[in-house]
Amino acid sequence: MKNWWKVLTVVLLLYVAVAGLLMPVPRLAILNESIRNLYFHVPMWFGMTAILVASVYYSVRYLRTPTPELDIKAHEAARTGILMGCVGLATGSIWARYTWGAWWTNDPKLNGAAVAMLIYGAYLVLRSSFTDEQQRARVSAIYNVFAFAVAMPLFYILPRLTDSLHPGSGGNPAFAKYDLDSDMRLVFYPAVIGWTLLAFWVAQLATRISVLKLKVYEKQLA
Amino acid sequence: MQKDFRLEWRQRAALNGMLLYVSSTVFVCYLSFSSRGGQLPAPAWNALFWIVLLFSAVNAVAKGFLQESRGRMLYYYTVVRPQAVILAKIAYNALLLVGLALVAFTLYSVVLGNPVQNVPLFVGNVLLGAVGFAGTLTLVAGIAAKATNSSTLMAVLGFPLMVPMLLLLIKVSKNALDGLEFEASRSALLTLVALNLIVGAVSYLLFPFLWRS
Repeated sequence: MKNWWKVLTVVLLLYVAVAGLLMPVPRLAILNESIRNLYFHVPMWFGMTAILVASVYYSVRYLRTPTPELDIKAHEAARTGILMGCVGLATGSIWARYTWGAWWTNDPKLNGAAVAMLIYGAYLVLRSSFTDEQQRARVSAIYNVFAFAVAMPLFYILPRLTDSLHPGSGGNPAFAKYDLDSDMRLVFYPAVIGWTLLAFWVAQLATRISVLKLKVYEKQLA
Repeated sequence: MQKDFRLEWRQRAALNGMLLYVSSTVFVCYLSFSSRGGQLPAPAWNALFWIVLLFSAVNAVAKGFLQESRGRMLYYYTVVRPQAVILAKIAYNALLLVGLALVAFTLYSVVLGNPVQNVPLFVGNVLLGAVGFAGTLTLVAGIAAKATNSSTLMAVLGFPLMVPMLLLLIKVSKNALDGLEFEASRSALLTLVALNLIVGAVSYLLFPFLWRS
């Protein structure tokens, strides 16, 4: 079956939605039931990283052999990555409201994620400021690779250098430690796979729409 | 490579303008804070210093690509390899920014006071920052020069990309201000060097593609 991974996505995400909200979770002070956000907030960043890696991959391929399809793939993958990042920020913000008592705190991890979103927002601005399509494709592919190289340290290196309120750094418990018991792993790993696959599915659909638009446009010109 | 560098050096008309820009920015800061009276608190001093540096860096580097005429670009293209061009441009911009940063630091400490307790660490940090800004902004300037509304784009692309660097720089210079010993800021300095290397390597690899268009 060709579309097995789409079936898998649907099954996994249904499972995550049901089991993630109903399965027992460990009782921890302060976190309480909000620990279930682990199944929704954390996989967003996994999915975003995966789809941005795919975007950089297509950008590099575009620079080697320029075809409009590769440019569209890189663009749509980056857009999906931005969407995942925004959802990740939103879920994190809601969680922070009920756990830390504020929508946003001045925390290196949060600020790093927000700035990385700005970097990719600049990618969209850059794309819209070209009129020539080939030049737009080439320059934005270059910027995409550059942005990836600068944005990833923001996520994975800088927050580790400083203390942070965020779970997983500054001595706060994270999913690698005692608080993620085997019950939670049963939901967390499928959640990561499911949301990542969903990101690729969204990117694929968006790519198809863009390719179709391009074809219609070319037909109108002819 | 050396020849490119000299070519860059020859069109240094912007240099005096940049010096004046930095001095007037520092002076405006001084005037706007002098009404309050007394010494600035150290964190504000630090933040203001880096904001002055950030804006002068963006302005200084943007000049390099935007002022270049089409004909001369075409001439370079026939004569030298693109890697040599980007290296020369980064080297030139780095020198320019180091000069600007040192001038800014001197002026700044003259008019606003100098609360830095560990001067060698602070100056080393400023030098690293200037080189890092040059590496990041040179490629961004090249990208922005291709687009239609370059000067807006330069700010939009440049500022977020510089934030990782800026966070580390501000952290280290805060340590230098407080007179902490070198150990406290070693990991941040190492990360800064690594970030500079990454940015430099990526620019070196990507510039040939940008150049071709």
